[in-house]
Amino acid sequence: MTNPYRYLPDTKQDQEEMLAFLNMSSIDELFEDIPSDIRLAGELNIPKAIPEPLLLKKMQRLTSQNKNANYYPTFLGAGTYDHYIPSVVNHMISRSEFYTAYTPYQPEISQGELQAIFEFQTMVCELTGMDVANSSMYDGFTSLAEAASLAVASTRRLKVLVSRAVHPESRAILNTVADGQGYTVKEVNLATDVTDLENLKEQIEQDTAAVIVQYPNFFGSIEDLATIKKIAEAKGALFIVSANPLALALLQAPGKLGADIVVGDMQPLGIPMAFGGPHCGYFSVHKKFMRKVPGRIVGQTTDDQGKRGFVLTLQAREQHIRRDKASSNICSNQALNALASAVCMTALGKQGICHMAQLNVEKADYMANSLQKKGFIVKNEAPFFNEFVVELPCPIKEVNAKLLEAGIIGGFDLESDYGFNNQMLIAVTEQRTKEEIDQFVEVLEAVVNG
Amino acid sequence: MTNAIANLLYSEEHEWVLQLDENRVRIGISDYAQKQLGDIVFVENPVVNDEITANESMGTIESVKAVSELYAPVSGSVTRVNEELNDTPEAINKNPYKEGWLIEVEISNPEELELLLNQDEYEAFIDEGEE
Amino acid sequence: MVEYNELIFEISRPGRVGSNLPESDVEGIDLHDKFPKHLIRDLPAELPEVSELQLVRHYTALSNKNHGIDNGFYPLGSCTMKYNPKINEDVARFEGFSRIHPYQPADTVQGALELLYELQGELAEITGMDAVTLQPSAGAQGEWTGLMMVKAYFEHKGEKRTKVLVPDSAHGTNPASATVAGFKTVTIPSNENGLVDLKELKKHVDDDTAALMLTNPNTLGLFEKEILEIAKVVHEAGGLLYYDGANANAILGKTTPGKMGFDIVHLNLHKTFTTPHGGGGPGAGPVGVKKKLIPYLPVPRIEKDGEKYVLNSNQPLSIGRVKGYYGNFGILVRAYTYIRTMGPEGLRQVSEGAVLHANYLRKKLEPYFDAPFSQICKHEFVLSGSRQKKLGVRTLDMAKRLLDFGYHPPTIYFPLNVEECLMIEPTETESKETLDAFADAMIQIAKEVEDTPDAILNAPHTTIIGRLDEVQAARQPILRYIKETELEKEIIKL
Repeated sequence: MTNPYRYLPDTKQDQEEMLAFLNMSSIDELFEDIPSDIRLAGELNIPKAIPEPLLLKKMQRLTSQNKNANYYPTFLGAGTYDHYIPSVVNHMISRSEFYTAYTPYQPEISQGELQAIFEFQTMVCELTGMDVANSSMYDGFTSLAEAASLAVASTRRLKVLVSRAVHPESRAILNTVADGQGYTVKEVNLATDVTDLENLKEQIEQDTAAVIVQYPNFFGSIEDLATIKKIAEAKGALFIVSANPLALALLQAPGKLGADIVVGDMQPLGIPMAFGGPHCGYFSVHKKFMRKVPGRIVGQTTDDQGKRGFVLTLQAREQHIRRDKASSNICSNQALNALASAVCMTALGKQGICHMAQLNVEKADYMANSLQKKGFIVKNEAPFFNEFVVELPCPIKEVNAKLLEAGIIGGFDLESDYGFNNQMLIAVTEQRTKEEIDQFVEVLEAVVNG
Repeated sequence: MTNAIANLLYSEEHEWVLQLDENRVRIGISDYAQKQLGDIVFVENPVVNDEITANESMGTIESVKAVSELYAPVSGSVTRVNEELNDTPEAINKNPYKEGWLIEVEISNPEELELLLNQDEYEAFIDEGEE
Repeated sequence: MVEYNELIFEISRPGRVGSNLPESDVEGIDLHDKFPKHLIRDLPAELPEVSELQLVRHYTALSNKNHGIDNGFYPLGSCTMKYNPKINEDVARFEGFSRIHPYQPADTVQGALELLYELQGELAEITGMDAVTLQPSAGAQGEWTGLMMVKAYFEHKGEKRTKVLVPDSAHGTNPASATVAGFKTVTIPSNENGLVDLKELKKHVDDDTAALMLTNPNTLGLFEKEILEIAKVVHEAGGLLYYDGANANAILGKTTPGKMGFDIVHLNLHKTFTTPHGGGGPGAGPVGVKKKLIPYLPVPRIEKDGEKYVLNSNQPLSIGRVKGYYGNFGILVRAYTYIRTMGPEGLRQVSEGAVLHANYLRKKLEPYFDAPFSQICKHEFVLSGSRQKKLGVRTLDMAKRLLDFGYHPPTIYFPLNVEECLMIEPTETESKETLDAFADAMIQIAKEVEDTPDAILNAPHTTIIGRLDEVQAARQPILRYIKETELEKEIIKL
């Protein structure tokens, strides 16, 4: 042994004692079952170990090359948002009894985790208006794909219709999943900023398993879920909604508007942007689909003394029992992030979440109005939540470069995903101050005029 | 074997078949099967008017720890489904041959009954499996 | 310890707040002026209303009802419950990593892209592969990604292959992933030594075989010594060999799946590379491939263009996207920090320690429990509780009894091909004293089986809650909290 590592407790003496007990004289004897042809001759060709104080310096240097939202007001949304995270969230999920624990398969010593997830499931049901929610999925995008697969299996129909106003990454992942499971995905056209209902009516048929829309949609606009539900129902197709949970504080719950499955990502509530992950998908259903839900679910029960307790239940659906009959292969999920989200929702509370959502609506509205006053065109015709599309007289790439010089991270360029030239998707969360918004508008004005 | 009714036929997938009349049979799972599964929590039966085909999956039966496919022992059209099992699936554990029945079927192919096992043959089949 | 049995909703009181947001600095809006009435929420979501202290006490109390690695030994076979380093937690929280948006221009996140690019390379080296994608969120998603690439590979070749082979000892995600990717699974029985039966394998491999999925060492903790022959059989039939990296902790720096002949590999960063299990996630399941499968890797790929790091989505044969953005970045940061902490010698010593500890513990327990296989094990081993079953005590009971000693039980009833199975994986981060104490507890339990079986059959005795009724939970599921209405309360009183 060379230098001791702080994660490796064995001293030379420990090793000798254990080897002696095994009647062996060297560790090599323990690896004799590996054929000599495939043993590595030397050490792995990776960088040498770095002691902690130097490693911290190196990692600090690495992060200093990233322009982060603490110093650059961020107007980027498109599925991941710069929202306020109450300080308590990080403290609670840093408790090592939570984050160093495994999946709660031994309920007697995991009641903390199980109860926290039970509470999370309840909060998701409250926001979505659905009966049952699971303990989380990888992210909102894969959650949507799993919802489509459930609809296909349940209706035994092989076509799914998804609006083009659904996040491009969701649609991409849906296509990959559908390809594996043998069903087809068709896209419904846009009518400016929302789903084209006439096109939906044209495309839906008896063979359609589900209609999928996003709420608010990718452009921030609010789709008319009630009307879309009617169209889906007329053909016996399931109605799947991908919803921003923060928006649900103020918008009518999709469950009350007839959704069969509601999915999405909890990232806006308590989860850092973190360059795209880990986030936290959620999955909620009408009770008739309770036994078809993928992933893990926590249920309430009693022990042999009649005391209330919690367990993972309906496990029979999961991969470790159904094996090749499983409807999904999800195993790990995002439990710690579900906990973070539950803590955030608790800290914000019944009133706070409405207040936070209201700030989003008001600031986005203010910015859209400010831009319109300066002559810029806001493309949304439907009402929007905290995102909207603005048309600019020059390429978004150039505009964003100028904004960056002014210390601002600009919005999302809609060119490559939608072919919308010179159109920017701007997100305005409660974190954006009036000054930041005014500055953005000023810079835009300068870019156009100068 | 508890409460087995005489004249039952059995499949190798541990289902029993009771002939009600010339054209109809009642189907359930055997005592051996319910023991193997443990406490049953849910049954997914076919629905009335479904067509089932011998040896193909017609539904599932779930216990806390395992899920089993239900394989149709005969082909035909489902005429009745035991709705009681929605609320009390444990009836299958308590009395798999009476209250725990699953479905009734109008059979399309009476010759299929001849391929099933009688009680002695079924018991021998189980014994072979346990060796 | 004070018992705590409240749900957060039960301690809520209307009007309490747990956070303070600023007032609006822009003009107020009446929602009814903006949105159609039927799309405005009629009833608020019933989220909790508690003070910050109530929140903190609630979650602190919940954490006290939980057992993590930091509390005690966690010998869960197949899960690699090794220590989760704290520096990893600090680094992942650096604002330069946590406060960046995935769609920011590549120029503004070069540090993040550099980390990902280097990690790709290091994982490729560790696994002996030619390229790696960091996108999949977990092992199961990695498996599915790998199998989708297998599918694309054969489609592109114009070959139709529908079957994926797995051994009977495989983890449940293997056949499930195969199904979700559109394949049929064929199970290959193991031989009496617990290893892949080459004769059986040869019987089943044909030109309809797309892939064989293997873990090596396998789920019994045994190294597949005939792996080169196995690879040959599969490759000669034109199939691919898939490595489930769940057991990579046994081979770091000793051998690589690449050298063994595997074409695709997934790793579980939340097992081998110390990223925390988090109560069930998040994890990360990067996938490595040999050259011939590179065209099918998911997009976008992280590449180096001169001195800059860029994202490349222009890959026509790619299977597409498997997960949002670039993968679970926060988890990848932790794994990167761990690899930098250990370096090449450190990682090799990780596997040496893991294997030494497993063999040591196995030899200590062998006199008391049936050990189905005599071959030296790698980082984990299985025991059978069949001796105890004959005396009326099952593995489940013994696992519950271990809770009384303060240990998380080992994995039980997996793999499926060992009766009353117990799978124990001590990992390299435990001290010899911990291993000895655990062995003593297990030996005591073995004695109790003979002398005082009731102590086991009624276990656990010292946990805050007894055995829970899982049957009731599955028959009459209660999956969320529902507030009793005032009316219902009245009825109950009557």
